[in-house]
Amino acid sequence: MSFDEEYFNIGRLDRLSYQDTIVHRLDPRAKVVCTALFLFTVISFSKYEITALLPFFLFPVMLTTLGDIPIGFLLKKIAIVSPFAIFIGIFNPVLDTRTVVVIAGIPLSAGWISFVTILLKFVLTISAALLLIATTSFPGICHALRRLGVPAVFVSQLLFLYRYLFVLTEEAMRLVRAKDMRSFGSRGSSMKVVARLIGTLFFRTVERAERIYSAMLARGFNGDMPSLKEYRFRAVDGLYVSLTVLFLVLFRLYPVTDLFGHFIQEILP
Amino acid sequence: MHMADALLSPAVGATFWAGTLAAIGLASRNLKKNIDDKVIPLMGVMGAFIFASQMINFTIPGTGSSGHIGGGMILAIILGPAAAFLAIASVLTVQGLFFADGGLLALGCNIWNMGIYPCFIVYPLVYKPLAGDSRSSVRILAVSVLSTVLALQLGALSVVLETTLSGKSELPFRTFILLMQPIHLAIGIVEGFITAAVINYVRTAQPEIIGTSAASRPLGPEVSVKKLVIAFFVFAVITGGFLSWFASSHPDGLEWAIQKITNSREPAGREPGTAQVLKDIQGKTTVFPGYGFKPGTDVPAQHKQVPAWPGIDAGKSLAGVFGAIVVLGVIILIGIGIRMIRRRQV
Repeated sequence: MSFDEEYFNIGRLDRLSYQDTIVHRLDPRAKVVCTALFLFTVISFSKYEITALLPFFLFPVMLTTLGDIPIGFLLKKIAIVSPFAIFIGIFNPVLDTRTVVVIAGIPLSAGWISFVTILLKFVLTISAALLLIATTSFPGICHALRRLGVPAVFVSQLLFLYRYLFVLTEEAMRLVRAKDMRSFGSRGSSMKVVARLIGTLFFRTVERAERIYSAMLARGFNGDMPSLKEYRFRAVDGLYVSLTVLFLVLFRLYPVTDLFGHFIQEILP
Repeated sequence: MHMADALLSPAVGATFWAGTLAAIGLASRNLKKNIDDKVIPLMGVMGAFIFASQMINFTIPGTGSSGHIGGGMILAIILGPAAAFLAIASVLTVQGLFFADGGLLALGCNIWNMGIYPCFIVYPLVYKPLAGDSRSSVRILAVSVLSTVLALQLGALSVVLETTLSGKSELPFRTFILLMQPIHLAIGIVEGFITAAVINYVRTAQPEIIGTSAASRPLGPEVSVKKLVIAFFVFAVITGGFLSWFASSHPDGLEWAIQKITNSREPAGREPGTAQVLKDIQGKTTVFPGYGFKPGTDVPAQHKQVPAWPGIDAGKSLAGVFGAIVVLGVIILIGIGIRMIRRRQV
């Protein structure tokens, strides 16, 4: 993936997170907690659970549609990070060849079932993570983390990183562009040159940090990073958390898909 | 390499999150005590620096492919362990959120794999004693390569262990190790050379920087690493004990790994005391034990046939297929419905 793509994708997620929908208006704490619970419930399933996982797609679908998140964009981001899970998972069909299910005359091995389970879990967990950031602004998430007990030093570290990410990637791109113009094609990207580039970037970073620190001192910085926006945990946030918990417990304990299946088998002649 | 949510079991995920959170807490406390406010912006911007320098690609000698640095060791050497660890953790958090690299549950593992090893193990135990205040650039080169290789090997080993303990992948431990370690050896050597080159360049151009910015050095190896290890084990025991109750009736990753190692199965029916108690609790608390439709009666039978397939017959599978179609159909309809209603509102 090229740099530009990665870079603009961050920008796009960031813009999406400042929309104003029901989901975006929820308190960041509620969303962080629900996402964590969702992730835990999903990975708590054993390795052969295709049907039991399917009802959980309701969660990302609801967030995507209620939060006005473009589905194509989401799917593309999921596809980009899929190689590791696929690479590790694809060994399952090769190594676990016990035939366990026969559907319409086609025998299926346990390995395929566990591979599909891994893929389903992958899509569910990754989409939950992306939807969290697409529906909650990054400062909002940081605020939630602070309120949930993450140390202040680490939270301000996250805020700084996020604030200067864009500035410094642009700085890096300027360095790379300048180097490209002086060296033809891929020449000049040897390790020695790259080490110098990174070193230069490092010095500019340190100088910038000093300027930032002076500017912050001038504005009364005393080690704390207050936020102007006030977050309140309202009744609707409580409702959201309780509905999510209900949904997770229900679908974790009851095999909804199988129940539907049996019901259909009953009514079919 | 980033660990992924889909390959994790809850016990492993929670254990590594607990360890990572403990490390973040200790590092934050340590920094707060030992630094002035000036380091806070420096750390933050250094995280962004690592992010940005990953955008600079270089050609890997002899292969023609290109790569970018990870930067863990560079940060550890320049900022000192505690500040470097927080910077790496923040970079991985942002990557986990915006690029969904690995996912949020695996984030605990990823911070552990890529932060703990370079900052709290390799830096205090290898880099600092061997190259601490050295002025010789050859020595810095040698120690940097050694440190980076070690940190990456430990990280790769950690990925293998986490995957194996989780038991979601069929990949045997030995094969996986043979796959991961050599790849990371190559990556480590290249990264080590870049690390050394950056450190040497910074040292010759502005030697005072490494000294001043490493003001957060006091996190020595003696006290805090021991504290970290203790904290990690306490958390591991608590979460592991609690979550093994939460795990399903199938053999969980740990049992599976132990079986693989000892090459023997537990004799059916004879379970160790605590495991039996936990399973009894589980049998009483689940509404559909083992997902059979007759609660209660078939529980013991299912527990005994570790690790066999939980008795699925063709009829039940077909029901699964029907159910899948219905459930997905309903979810898609809900999605389309909400979209349409929202369009109309706009």
